Amino acid sequence: MQKKEDKNIFKASWKYSEAKESTDHIQIQKKYELYIDGKYTKPIKNQYFDTVNPSNNKKIASIAEATAEDVDVAVKAARKAFNGWSSLPGKERGKYIFRIARLIQERAREFAVIESLNGGKPIRESRDIDIPLAANHFFYYAGWADKLEYAFPNRKPKPLGVVGQIIPWNFPLLMAAWKLAPALATGNTIVLKPAETTPLTALKLAEIIHDSGLPKGVVNILTGAGETGACIVNHSDVDKIAFTGSTAVGKFISKAIAGTKKKATLELGGKGANIIFEDAAIDQAVEGIVNAIFFNQGHVCCAGSRLFVQESVADLVIKKLKNRMATLIVGDPLDKNTDIGAINSKKQLSTIENYIKIGLNEGCEIYQSECNLPKEGNWCAPTLFLNVSQSHRIVQEEIFGPVLTVQTFRTISEVIEKANNTPYGLSAGVWTQNGAKIFHLTQKLEAGVIWANTFNKFDAASPFGGYKESGYGREGGMQGLNPYIKFE
Amino acid sequence: MLPKLNDLPVYDTVGVNERVARFGTRSIKSSSKVEGLKLAISMIDLTTLEGKDTKGKVQQLCYKAMHAHDSFQDVPKVAAICVYPAFVGIAKKALEGSGIHVASVATAFPSGQSSIDVKLIDVKSAVDQGADEVDMVLSRGEFLSGNYQFVFDEIATIKEACGNAHLKVILETGELDTLDNVRKASEIAMYAGANFIKTSTGKIQPAATLQVVYVMLDAIKDFYIKTGKMIGMKPAGGISNSKLALQYLVMLNEVLGEKWMNKDFFRFGASSLLNDILMQLVKTKTGMYQSSYYFSKD
Repeated sequence: MQKKEDKNIFKASWKYSEAKESTDHIQIQKKYELYIDGKYTKPIKNQYFDTVNPSNNKKIASIAEATAEDVDVAVKAARKAFNGWSSLPGKERGKYIFRIARLIQERAREFAVIESLNGGKPIRESRDIDIPLAANHFFYYAGWADKLEYAFPNRKPKPLGVVGQIIPWNFPLLMAAWKLAPALATGNTIVLKPAETTPLTALKLAEIIHDSGLPKGVVNILTGAGETGACIVNHSDVDKIAFTGSTAVGKFISKAIAGTKKKATLELGGKGANIIFEDAAIDQAVEGIVNAIFFNQGHVCCAGSRLFVQESVADLVIKKLKNRMATLIVGDPLDKNTDIGAINSKKQLSTIENYIKIGLNEGCEIYQSECNLPKEGNWCAPTLFLNVSQSHRIVQEEIFGPVLTVQTFRTISEVIEKANNTPYGLSAGVWTQNGAKIFHLTQKLEAGVIWANTFNKFDAASPFGGYKESGYGREGGMQGLNPYIKFE
Repeated sequence: MLPKLNDLPVYDTVGVNERVARFGTRSIKSSSKVEGLKLAISMIDLTTLEGKDTKGKVQQLCYKAMHAHDSFQDVPKVAAICVYPAFVGIAKKALEGSGIHVASVATAFPSGQSSIDVKLIDVKSAVDQGADEVDMVLSRGEFLSGNYQFVFDEIATIKEACGNAHLKVILETGELDTLDNVRKASEIAMYAGANFIKTSTGKIQPAATLQVVYVMLDAIKDFYIKTGKMIGMKPAGGISNSKLALQYLVMLNEVLGEKWMNKDFFRFGASSLLNDILMQLVKTKTGMYQSSYYFSKD
């Protein structure tokens, strides 16, 4: 099945001893309730589900499952809190948000460990990327809270009301921050649902929100699966839905709210093109490929999952990429030396494995780096599909795992056409040392985010969002305020 | 023959910085740390290159090279002693039978601003006294004015004069300014016959940096792919603590791999690094840092 590769002549020999991040300092309860109206509340139907550690599939805690009845209570609490919260001076709202940001920073280590424990991502990423960016996002929007008049001069921005927010499992805390911070800054009240598989950091965030003294009912956190999300979407007293997740669910939400007063922002799937020109800094481009597809096990909506390499350098790039992949350490998410952690859930693993099977059935050439995957838990070796074409299903559909398809191209116009030949339009990357070429491509590529000579970089001040079936609305930056306001 | 220099790989500084930072996040602990620290000691070119160097100073340093810390078992010997040509004979005698090499800087070190005749006499003097390794300096002035053929020929001539002695070419990266220049200079040196490429004289700031060494390792890698010849790497200057030395080894491990992880293909040009590593090594056994007074300063 796997093509035997020529032996890696640059094989690393020095094995790093285990360097496990300590878990002694974290506290996880056996059971978590819903956070409604400033109180931990038992779910009305008394149903709970297990949340597990994807690196060994062992149970971590029982999580309350919110049903339509609980959603109704939460929306009512949010509605009740709305008048008070929205009429607070922006400066006062900002103080609460600053406080939340600082509390996240203070407890950053705890959050990082729990994020890796519950989501499977390497501690290096949760420690250096997820948690700092989440705090950063709250800091950034705290600053906007008392400056809305300047962001929208002479237009009297007003909050929308009660906002339902549904977040995905790939960046649990960071996505909660992306959603909560601008909504709070603009004076909305919130019912937030974390993803079914990764509720823990959102529940820890509930602790912080509680400690920050935020008025009760302003943020309500309901755990549950897709049904809970549907109840939020369909609740008649919700003014807006903000959703990050799959395009399929995004379409369902669009249909469900059609004809209602509800507004929506959707941040959906992607199949980002990562384009390497022959005049790129090849070695850094190879690093960029790794960053684009293997960051967070490829569970990234803006992942650079379609690689386009100019034919003249294709052999070189692939060879270097394979060498680089040999040094990636796949394993225990809590080990500080781990580069690639566990696949988030059994379900996602089977989705990925299914796509790998489809690729093989389509006759694609596969390459997987040699690595010893742990026996328990959900794991997938970094995978390349070489010499594929636009017509392969694995090129067309979002896999959401560490699987990269590699195509070659010859001219700029060809690569632009192919890069845009997808229903998605979230991200793209361009690698060349020629500045004019970069600007030419950024104008032609249909993607919400285009990185030049880098990939998967995020900043609270920079708007993020999609084209086409990758969704609409922007999160981050001043533009990220728009979806949460209306004008008188 | 001078290689083609117009189609060399280019480097993106931001990308290189990021890559290098990743090596720094590797956490080296317990047995892998001990292994790394010992390896680092065995790769040190223990160096003294000062105007005030004397016979006595060099002899003392040679003793330190052979007996780094006798109260602690299994401390490897350093790879070489690095001195000015005037002291090669003294060092050679002091190190007799120890297996430790004597390296000598030459070719009008550190500036290299001299005629080829003077440089050749310099090299010959070192080699005649028994230097096992010659550390020459690249003519940066000629390089920066685009006179690559001159630089190439000069290295080739020096290489010939070295005879059996190994040739290390010091690029003095702190004066080359860009990573692309570092790559170009590496390329010229390797094709001209260098056994090692070395970052710095230690007299110019910045000396060795992780970024520059990364680019040089990449050049060595490509050279090996093209020619099958293994070239060694020597970062020198400013590497004074164990943590940094381990970061260099992580980088070496992940860029060039096991064939390069030994003193034949990697060296640290350093003076104070040895004691810092010894302190760390003792700590791994005793669990606490000893005062620096316990480590001999020669």
